Amino acid sequence: MATAVIQPNTVEEKLIDELGYDDHFHEHHDGDKYQSNFITTYVFSQDHKIIAKQFLITGMFWAVIGGLMSLVFRLQLGFPEESLAWLQPVLGKWIEINGEGMGSLSQEFYYALVTMHGTILVFFVLTAGLSGTFSNLLIPLMVGARDMASPLLNMMSYWFFLLAGLVMFFSLFLSTGPFSGGWTAYPPLSILPEASAGSGAGMTMWTLSLVLFVVSVLLGGINYITTVLNLRTKGMTMWRMPLPIWAFFITAIIGLLSFPVLASAFFLVMCDRELGTSFYLSEIFIGGQALDHVGGSPVLYQHLFWFLGHPEVYIIILPAMGIVSEVLSVNARKPIFGYKAMVYSILAIAFLSFIVWAHHMFMSGVNPFISNFFVIFTLIIAVPSAVKVFNWIATLYGGNIRFNPAMLFAIGFVSMFISGGLTGIFLGNSAIDIQMHDTYFVVAHFHIVMGVAAFFGMFAGVYHWFPKMYGRFMNDTLGKIHFWGTMVGAYAIFWPMHYIGMAGVPRRYYSFDIFQTFSHFAEMNKFITVAAILVFAFQVLFIINFFYSIWRGKKMTTQNPYGATTLEWTTPIKTGHGNWPGKIPAVQRWPYDYGKDGQDFIPQIMPLKEGEHDGGH
Amino acid sequence: MAEHDTTVMEHDVHHEQGAWDGGTEPFKASYGKLMMWYFLLSDAFTFSGFLIAYGSLRFSSPTWPVPDFVFSTAPFGLHGAPLIFVTFMSFLLIISSVTMVRAVQEGHRENKRGVVFWMLLTVLGGIGFLGCQAWEWNNLIATEHMSVTRNPFGTHTEEGVYLGPDGKAGEEAVEPGKTYLLHKADLDPSLTDTEVIASFSGHGDDEGHASHAVNAYDKDYGFMYVDEGGFIHRKFVVKEGENPGEIMMEDYGPKAFGALFFGITGFHGFHVLSGVAFLLIILINAGSGVYAARKNGYEMVEKIGLYWHFVDLVWVFVFLAFYLL
Repeated sequence: MATAVIQPNTVEEKLIDELGYDDHFHEHHDGDKYQSNFITTYVFSQDHKIIAKQFLITGMFWAVIGGLMSLVFRLQLGFPEESLAWLQPVLGKWIEINGEGMGSLSQEFYYALVTMHGTILVFFVLTAGLSGTFSNLLIPLMVGARDMASPLLNMMSYWFFLLAGLVMFFSLFLSTGPFSGGWTAYPPLSILPEASAGSGAGMTMWTLSLVLFVVSVLLGGINYITTVLNLRTKGMTMWRMPLPIWAFFITAIIGLLSFPVLASAFFLVMCDRELGTSFYLSEIFIGGQALDHVGGSPVLYQHLFWFLGHPEVYIIILPAMGIVSEVLSVNARKPIFGYKAMVYSILAIAFLSFIVWAHHMFMSGVNPFISNFFVIFTLIIAVPSAVKVFNWIATLYGGNIRFNPAMLFAIGFVSMFISGGLTGIFLGNSAIDIQMHDTYFVVAHFHIVMGVAAFFGMFAGVYHWFPKMYGRFMNDTLGKIHFWGTMVGAYAIFWPMHYIGMAGVPRRYYSFDIFQTFSHFAEMNKFITVAAILVFAFQVLFIINFFYSIWRGKKMTTQNPYGATTLEWTTPIKTGHGNWPGKIPAVQRWPYDYGKDGQDFIPQIMPLKEGEHDGGH
Repeated sequence: MAEHDTTVMEHDVHHEQGAWDGGTEPFKASYGKLMMWYFLLSDAFTFSGFLIAYGSLRFSSPTWPVPDFVFSTAPFGLHGAPLIFVTFMSFLLIISSVTMVRAVQEGHRENKRGVVFWMLLTVLGGIGFLGCQAWEWNNLIATEHMSVTRNPFGTHTEEGVYLGPDGKAGEEAVEPGKTYLLHKADLDPSLTDTEVIASFSGHGDDEGHASHAVNAYDKDYGFMYVDEGGFIHRKFVVKEGENPGEIMMEDYGPKAFGALFFGITGFHGFHVLSGVAFLLIILINAGSGVYAARKNGYEMVEKIGLYWHFVDLVWVFVFLAFYLL
C-alpha cells in the first residue's frame, strides 16, 4: 500500500501529509509477520501497543493477588480474636484451627504473605505494570516512531516477565509455602533452608523468578533507551520531548544500571544456597550447632541489594511523575510550569538515587560516619522533589481545570507525594531513624510515597490513555467514585500507622499480645483493616469499569478528545501497526503550548509562526 | 507524492539538521549497536557488583593468599613460576581482541574472506583462553584441592620456625605474609608412626610433600596434624610477637578466596564461552554470505566485536583483582 492512498481528512492528517516524512514503512511492512493472525496480533505480538496492554493486564492480575494477600494478613492483625476458619477452604492448612474451633492464620504463612505482598507489588505491579505498560505504550507514540527499536526484544521482555510471574505464582502452592523472609530477602533467612519453611524451595523459586524478572527489565530498558535516542521523529529534539518520555527514559537508565547489581547479589545468594559458599554468612549457629560458614558478610548483601533497592523506588515513582506532569498540564489547559526544571529535577533525582542506598541500613551496623554521608544526600533529594511539587502546584494555579478521573488522580498523586515525602525527611535522618526503624512509621511512609502515589500515577495514566488503548472511554462517574474512595481510604489506612509507628510498634510482627504498651492500638488496627478492605472494594470498581469499558465504553469519536498537543493524539482512533497510516509526523514545537496566543492548544505538528518563540527552548 | 517529497527536502535544506534534532541517530550508531552498548553497560555493573563483593570480603579478612604463590604452576610440571601461565592466557585473550579488530576492518571493506579468516583466529584465541582456564581450574581443584568451600592456601601472620619431624624447632623459617599450601596426604594404614615420621624427614621446603603418606587421618603426629580430610597442618614455634614460644598450626586460608575465584573467573569464563558460540554463529553466517546481502553489511561482526572487547576488558579487571593485587 503506497502512502499516497491515504486521504487526509482532519487538520492533523493534512499537516502530517504536508510536513511529515515518508519512511516507506507501509510499503515494507504491510501484511507482514507482525499482525497477520490472531496469535501474532494478540499473543506473541511485537506491536508495542499490544505489549503495553499485556503488561497492564498482567500487572492488574498481580495487583489483585497482592492486594488480597494484604487483606488476609490485615484481618489477622486487626481482628486476632476473630476466627478465620471461613478462609480454610481457600488457604487450607495455612489456617490453623485450635480446640475451640477458632481459626487463625499460621504464623509461617503470615510472613509468607507479607513477603509476597511486597515482592509482587514492588516488582510485578509497580515496576512492570507501571513502567512496562506506559513506556511501551507512550514512547513510540509520543516520540513519533513506528514501534520500539527492537520489537522482538520488546516481546521477549513481556514473556520473561510473564515467566517470572508464573514461577512466583507456582511457589505460592508449595507445601512448604512461598518465601517468607521479607521482600528484601536478607541472609541468613534467604540462604539457610533450615531457617524457615519458606527458605527452602520457596526461596529457590523466588530467586529464579526475580532473575527472570531482571532479564525482562533489562530487555525492556535497553529498548526504551535506544528508542528514545535513535527513533525520535524529525524535529523531536530532546527538549521537545513530553515529560513522560523524559521520565521513562531516565527510569530505564536507572533500571539498566541497578538491576544487574541485584542479579549479582542473587547469583551469590544462589552460590551460598546451592554450593555451600559463605559470601553472606559468618559464624552461624543453629540449635547450638555451628554451621560450616565463615568469613562472609550479611551486610554485603544489604549493600548490593539496596544498590538496586533504592533506585528501584525511583524506578517506580518517576514514571508516575511523568504521567502526572502530562495529565496535569493537559487538564489544567496550561503549559507545565518549569519544563526544564522538571527535566533537570528528574536527572538530579536519578543521580542522587544511586548514592543514598545505605539509608536503609542505618540500623544494620554500618559506620555512623558513613551514615552521615548518606543522610546528607538523602535529604538533598528533597530539593528536586520539592521543585517538582511546586511546579505541579504552579501548573494548577489559575488553570481552567477539568476534574475528570485522570486529573483527580494526578492531583491526588501530588497530595500523596507531599505527605509521604515529608515523612521521608524524618526517616532520612539517621538519629531519628534509630527510633523509627522497622516500625509502622516506615510502613506508612513508603506505602504513601511509592505505593499509593505510584498507583495514583498509574490510575491517572490508565484513565487518560484508555481511549488511546481501546478506542473507548472509561466511565467518568465510576472513575470519580473510585478516586474519592481510594483517596480517603488510602489516608485512612496509612495515616494512623504514623502514630502507631511513632509509639514504636514494630512492623512485620504477627501479634502484639505480649506487649502491654501496644494494647491500646488494637482499635486503631481494626480501623486500618476495615479501611483496607474498603479501599480494595473500590479497586474492584475500577477493574469492573476497566473491563466493561473495553467492550461497552463510550466510543471515541475524535482523534484528539482532550485537545492535547502530543503526537499520540494525531494517530487514527484505531491505531494500527506502525501507528501512522501514512507518513510520520514531523515535530515543530514543544509539547506544552496550551492557551498560547489565545488558542486553547497548538499541536506539536503545527509549524511555528514567523518569529514565534518555541516554548521548550 | 513526488510533490510532497520535494516539500520535505526543501524543509531539510532550510533547517540545518543537528545530531539531536530528531530523525537522526545522534551517536551515528544503529539501534542494534546502541543496544549492545547498553547491554555491556549493564553487564559492567554486574561485574562491578561481583568485584565489589570481592573487595569487601577480601579486605574484611585478616589474611589473603599471595597470588604469586597460588598461581605459580604451569603445565609440563613447571613450578615456582609466578603468574607465567596466567600471563600467557591473558595474552591469548588480548591478542584475540586484535584479530577481532582486523575482522571488523575487513567487514568495513566488505571482504568476506578476510572477515572469516580473522574471526577464525579470534575464535581460536577464545578457545585457547578457555582451554588454559580449564587447565588452571583443574590444577587448583584436582592437584591443590581448592574448592568453593575449601581454601588450602593459608597465610602466616606470625614469625617463627617450623617443627622438624623430631618435634623440635628446625631450620625452616615461618615468615609473616608468606602463603603456604596445605598438602593432602595419602592414606596408607599399613605404615607405622615411625615410618610416617621418617618419610617427612630430610625435606627443606614445601616441594615434595605432596606424595607423603600417613597411617590415619584426624591424627596428631606431634610436629604436624592431619585433619579428617587428610590435609597436613604443619606446626611451628612462634618467635616474635605477643606469645613467643607458643606452638601454632597452619590452618586453612579464608574460605571466600576459593568461592570468589571460581565464582568470578567462572562468570567471566561463561562470558567468553558464550562469546565463542556467538562468534562461531556469526562466522558461519559471514562465510555463507548472509551479511554480504544485507543493507547494513557486516554490522553483526561489529556488534559481536563490541562484546568481545568488553569481555577482554573485564578480564583486565578480574586479572588485576585476583592475580596482581
